[in-house]
Amino acid sequence: MKLAYWMYAGPAHIGTLRVASSFKNVHAIMHAPLGDDYFNVMRSMLERERDFTPVTASIVDRHVLARGSQEKVVDNITRKDKEERPDLIVLTPTCTSSILQEDLQNFVDRASITSNSDVILADVNHYRVNELQAADRTLEQVVRYYLEKARRQGTLDQSITKEPSANIIGIFTLGFHNQHDCRELKRLLQDLNIKVNKVIPEGGSVKDLQDLPKAWFNLVPYREIGLMTAIYLEKNFGMPYISITPMGIVDTAECIRQIEKHVNNLVSNKKFNYEPYIDQQTRFVSQAAWFSRSIDCQNLTGKKAVVFGDATHAASITRILAREMGIRVSCTGTYCKHDAEWFKEQVQGFCDEILITDDHTEVGDMIARIEPSAIFGTQMERHIGKRLDIPCGVISSPVHIQNFPLGYRPFLGHEGTNQIADLVYNSFTLGMEDHLLEIFGGHDTKEVITKSLSTDTDLTWNHESQLELNKIPGFVRGKIKRNTEKFARQNNITNITVEIMYAAKEALSA
Amino acid sequence: MSNKISETLTFECETGNYHTFCPISCVAWLYQKIEDSFFLVVGTKTCGYFLQNALGVMIFAEPRYAMAELEEGDISAQLNDYEELKRLCLQIKKDRNPSVIIWIGTCTTEIIKMDLEGMAPKLENELGIPIVVARANGLDYAFTQGEDTVLAAMAHRCPEQILLIEKKKVIQDSNIQNFFSFLSLEKKEETTDKNFEKLKKNPPLVLFGSLPSTVACQLSSELKRQSVQVSGWLPAQRYTDLPSLGDQVYVCGVNPFLSRTATTLMRRRKCKLIGAPFPIGPDGTRAWIEKICSVFGIKTEGLEKREEQIWENLKDYLDLVRGKSVFFMGDNLLEISLARFLIRCGMIVYEIGIPYLDKRYQAAELLFLQNTCKSMSIPMPRIVEKPDNYNQIQRMRELKPDLAITGMAHANPLEARGINTKWSVEFTFAQIHGFTNARDVLELVTRPLRRNNNLENLGWSNLTKKEKKI
Repeated sequence: MKLAYWMYAGPAHIGTLRVASSFKNVHAIMHAPLGDDYFNVMRSMLERERDFTPVTASIVDRHVLARGSQEKVVDNITRKDKEERPDLIVLTPTCTSSILQEDLQNFVDRASITSNSDVILADVNHYRVNELQAADRTLEQVVRYYLEKARRQGTLDQSITKEPSANIIGIFTLGFHNQHDCRELKRLLQDLNIKVNKVIPEGGSVKDLQDLPKAWFNLVPYREIGLMTAIYLEKNFGMPYISITPMGIVDTAECIRQIEKHVNNLVSNKKFNYEPYIDQQTRFVSQAAWFSRSIDCQNLTGKKAVVFGDATHAASITRILAREMGIRVSCTGTYCKHDAEWFKEQVQGFCDEILITDDHTEVGDMIARIEPSAIFGTQMERHIGKRLDIPCGVISSPVHIQNFPLGYRPFLGHEGTNQIADLVYNSFTLGMEDHLLEIFGGHDTKEVITKSLSTDTDLTWNHESQLELNKIPGFVRGKIKRNTEKFARQNNITNITVEIMYAAKEALSA
Repeated sequence: MSNKISETLTFECETGNYHTFCPISCVAWLYQKIEDSFFLVVGTKTCGYFLQNALGVMIFAEPRYAMAELEEGDISAQLNDYEELKRLCLQIKKDRNPSVIIWIGTCTTEIIKMDLEGMAPKLENELGIPIVVARANGLDYAFTQGEDTVLAAMAHRCPEQILLIEKKKVIQDSNIQNFFSFLSLEKKEETTDKNFEKLKKNPPLVLFGSLPSTVACQLSSELKRQSVQVSGWLPAQRYTDLPSLGDQVYVCGVNPFLSRTATTLMRRRKCKLIGAPFPIGPDGTRAWIEKICSVFGIKTEGLEKREEQIWENLKDYLDLVRGKSVFFMGDNLLEISLARFLIRCGMIVYEIGIPYLDKRYQAAELLFLQNTCKSMSIPMPRIVEKPDNYNQIQRMRELKPDLAITGMAHANPLEARGINTKWSVEFTFAQIHGFTNARDVLELVTRPLRRNNNLENLGWSNLTKKEKKI
């Protein structure tokens, strides 16, 4: 047992549901007790999704506990098949079904006989993998299922497209700025005259998965999700993949060079040269290179920062801060414990120390000890920063509704470098401003003028009513006080009691 | 009574495929209510993930709750549950020093049959802190029923009503011949002890249900106006202030989802339950007070006028809702009382979805609903227990209600299809009880109507690309 208040990565089934609901026309059925469908709330609220989240539960209740699910799961699958006619139904185990150890595969086999949809059982173990690992695994499972199916049916076409083309693998629902990143990547590929073959899973259709091998290469922007699929495609179809995250100027350029290499491997006559494009973009489209040279950025030199997040974002941001902005990264860390080796290798030489943990108190203690000028982390670090009065830029999930901005905010590609520069700069200046305010004692040196006109009134508040008044949240307390006193005066009452307060509330509907 | 109701009210039961919060969410409001408590949820990452996301910012405010996260070793019994829980509770005692630790059992502890009830007394002795066990799991309960399980468990910890018995003995000695009923007893008490005259008119009355202290105070003072003294609340502000219970104590619920607590109070603590409609809306509040007063043989004073006054104050909102239709998808068990209030406000209720309906505990409320429908000449709504969200959405497409009261999973998709929605969860967190807060209920109900009145003429009420069959 572990005493836990908070966690960075969610349980495994969340990862599976993210894959399923990212695809078009795929339905997930969770084998779970009542109340475990909280994923639907998150998707509907955080992503402000307009459509009903295609996730339902096959409820595990007392009866199931006593007698087993029996026909229930099969019935739910076939019912969903009739109602929604999805292409694929993913039966999703949860922590509950992990312990019940019912033969879910058997249910799937039976249901797939009667239903028109394909039915698969997500192959994840709640106690072994977290949300990210489960998503990675499920995506690979779905892709493998459809490619093998196509191969069996003889519909698999292994020829590649005439013009250079790419698959983007790993764009997800509830992913940190994934929608914006996807748009930016498409633009980048378009600039390089590379066609986007397929984007999976977000918005993709499982029917099109058999076309994946048509692309010249796969682009896997995020370390956490998509790599297993890319490795599977490389092994079985010889498709190369690029796993360099195009975040920051240097890495974006590196990613483009990799693309150049793979594309040139496949063309015979003419060779592509992307160097002029990289140069043009770096110096004039992205403002980040110029920014790092400007006086503003000079002021940031040697300032201490702490970075924490998922492996992809924490590693990239660490390198951007250290390499492109001259900021001293005192500590960098990730909660992706399963990927610690890769992470250490990536940030080697760009930071003073490395912290691999999924315990947020450890991160908090580290920040308190280092006292950096700015933090770049998740929502949790933002709150730690609030408590310690250190500004924080959010660079990674866990997510919050404000991390789903309506405006265009990619982290990847050249526009991404601009966004990151803004984020970094704003975090630090805010910190500086705060500091100056403290030194010079705030903007106003005069005493604060209160809204009430006279401090001494003819009214007295008895002890209970004062206590009651203090229970009212600060921001409305003044209004309640004024309204109550107004009411008391109108009714010629001089002694204010709790009853008078309630009466005033009723009368004035305050 | 249930027979009489079913003649006109129709009850249905669907598949139970509906969205609601897991009952462990009750820690969110209970840890704030009971100031010296610590809630330990014994469950998995799934439970933790739900709590941290559902409770949003609260999680960052050093809450007095935590997960005892079960790992593979716990599931396969490689680790000793007792030792593990002892280790965690010792740490909690060291860090927070609470007056009580409440273990919340979850689906997982049910399935692996972890004997929390058996371990608690042992550990309690070893630790010197009371440990209360509540099984608020999704296998058995929905959302607000979590509070019910906690309060039912706490009812066992309330001290026995000894004082009263002793006092009674004294009175018994001097007035044996008059010891027949409470009323005569009180009259004697008045004459024998003038100091008790004002305070001791009614036998002890304990109200149960967790309410913000302001609302609890408002309800107590409403009763005080009718000279009814409330002797305690379950739960109190602090665990150490739990009210005394016993066979002379009258109890009355303030929320519709507390049927287990009511049962426990009656059967195990021998209390006398006052079955009343719930004090939600001015009509409900008046009926609630009247019922309590009638049990104590007190004639109410000025209640009618007071109710009228409240309705008068609500006039602007009533104009907005009159004639509009509502559809309750059902997820928090407040539905019957809210529907009854809204019908009295002049709304038409198509359907009352509800996770679980205890027809005995809610009998008075159901009867009140029926009478309200009659007096407002509005057709009886259908009551759907364990609703099926998919079917409900189909029905909603037919009925096109002016307002759907629904969980957050469906709110945005319904709005995108042009149906006004109000999140049902807000009713559990807002102050909705008593005369004073009637306006707050309508504030919530009318918010989508008022907002959408402003947007009506912009021509973008339907925001889905294609009307896919839902």
